[in-house]
Amino acid sequence: MADLILKPNLAQADDVYADLLAAHEGLSKEDSDALNARLILILANHIGDRAVLRAALDAARTAAPAG
Amino acid sequence: MNKIFEIPLYPYTRSPDQDAQTPARRKVVIVGAGPIGLAAAIDLAQQGIEAIVLDDNDKVSFGSRAICFAKRPLEILDRLGCGQEMVDKGVVWNLGKVFFGDRKVYEFNLLPEEGHQRPAFINLQQYYFEEYLVNRARALESEGAPIELRGQNKVLKVTDRGDHTELLIDTPEGQYTLEADWLIACDGAGSPIRAMMGLDFVGRVFEDNFLIADVIMDADFPTERWFWFDPPFNKGQSALLHKQPDGVWRIDLQLGWDIDKEEEKKPENVIPRLKAMLGEDVKFDLEWVSIYTFQCRRMEKFRHNRVIFAGDSAHQVSPFGARGANSGLQDTDNLVWKLKMVIDGTAPDSLLDSYDAERVHGADENILNSSRSTDFITPKSETSRIFRDAVLDLSEKYEFARPLVNSGRLSVPCTYDGSPLNTPDALPGGPARTRPGAPCPDAPLGNGFLLGDLGDRFTLLTIDAEAPDTLDESGITVIRLALSGADDATGALAARYLGDAKSAVYLIRPDQHVAARWDSFDETATRAAIRRATGQE
Repeated sequence: MADLILKPNLAQADDVYADLLAAHEGLSKEDSDALNARLILILANHIGDRAVLRAALDAARTAAPAG
Repeated sequence: MNKIFEIPLYPYTRSPDQDAQTPARRKVVIVGAGPIGLAAAIDLAQQGIEAIVLDDNDKVSFGSRAICFAKRPLEILDRLGCGQEMVDKGVVWNLGKVFFGDRKVYEFNLLPEEGHQRPAFINLQQYYFEEYLVNRARALESEGAPIELRGQNKVLKVTDRGDHTELLIDTPEGQYTLEADWLIACDGAGSPIRAMMGLDFVGRVFEDNFLIADVIMDADFPTERWFWFDPPFNKGQSALLHKQPDGVWRIDLQLGWDIDKEEEKKPENVIPRLKAMLGEDVKFDLEWVSIYTFQCRRMEKFRHNRVIFAGDSAHQVSPFGARGANSGLQDTDNLVWKLKMVIDGTAPDSLLDSYDAERVHGADENILNSSRSTDFITPKSETSRIFRDAVLDLSEKYEFARPLVNSGRLSVPCTYDGSPLNTPDALPGGPARTRPGAPCPDAPLGNGFLLGDLGDRFTLLTIDAEAPDTLDESGITVIRLALSGADDATGALAARYLGDAKSAVYLIRPDQHVAARWDSFDETATRAAIRRATGQE
């Protein structure tokens, strides 16, 4: 089972970030939320490993101060 | 013409017990003549145990109610002698379509595995299901089996007397007292017995209402299960269309929480909804309309000394996945052989505690599955709706998303992993699906099927292995069923019971669940497994 990668793993970090923003450009909040949800599901299926996904959920949950 | 559910099938007649000087004592009294109570009574009576069924009514279920019966309950009904009628009358279906908004996003085929006598599912109105069970009970009665149905017998009071339960019963001719060695409460989700005993029934309430309409129509809709998420004719809600016998169609429409139930049930409100769904030109008659809400909950314990709860009285699930009546039949399948052994004195009373352990496990599995279906069908927050809609949008284009669509995970029997009755697996290379605790999967056998040769007693199934023809242990006789992998040319028997093993010996319980398995016969180990499976060690 692969561990969740939390070290830098994107060779072109700025390009990837720009791709994300570009995909949302001009979308309403509603359409953006829907796009994000579809993207998460596609990526989750690609990862295909529940343990990694749970580690990712934990990492996401704990990365920002509790709201 | 009167519908079957309008005719009293077990009208009140006076029982000699009502005139007894001292209260009569009966072996097993069952409260509730629904599918579960009738199945329990038939199972007991055909094994020679006296079963008296009390019901405050005298007719089968009003309206279709439960309509979807899965393979495992059909196999149980085969053991009870009335599976064939159900399958002959029922509608077999395998195809489903899923719609989202105004478009079809995909279709699926259940693709049932080959080599089983029974189909994956049939649709059959609960009133037929009950009618066939009543017919079976009557046939047993006429053969002299100890079974009796007492209509319009309403239990008013239940008292635990330690070694028996005392019942005060009301009838059209007044009250009488009856004593039961054992009481099985199959009196439904609203169980009056449970309430009289002051027992808990906690869980999760789903704030939603569903309209069920059974319509009779000559329409050329195919025999498929159609499920709509957010359809134009029921915006923001869900809908289901499913075929039953006799040209009756089940329609389920989600209505939401804040509605006036009495108003919504009126034909003048129901009919326009159905026309919007079916089309203005489709001619139909309403057979039955009901509005239901549901909860997912269970009792903490199903056994309370000599009162045992089975079916909806013990656990309640949402209807998505057809896990209500289907799981209730698995309750009595699990209970009856144990109760018979305790009554016969061949097993200790504590064997019944394994009913609790195994069926609580089953109920938790059903509650988990049906809660998840409900959360998908009726999202509880904005974010859960966003994810739900994302899954549906993706499912149209990408196959990966289809397994995430959850319009009900259809009932499959549970494996009693971790049951105190199991002996640890000792068949290296054996298939996981037949591990100890699992229900035996069917397999073709010459002109028949394997499951017809199992059940009602302990069986030692040998496949390409030697063993004695019978084995007596602690008052239990185990009969061998000797097979060879070559007995089934399709290879299903070997695939399901041997896997990578060359030979196998299975100890199979009277409810067709695996208790233990080995690669060859070992007398000491087999004897220990029999004692373990009957609560004797």
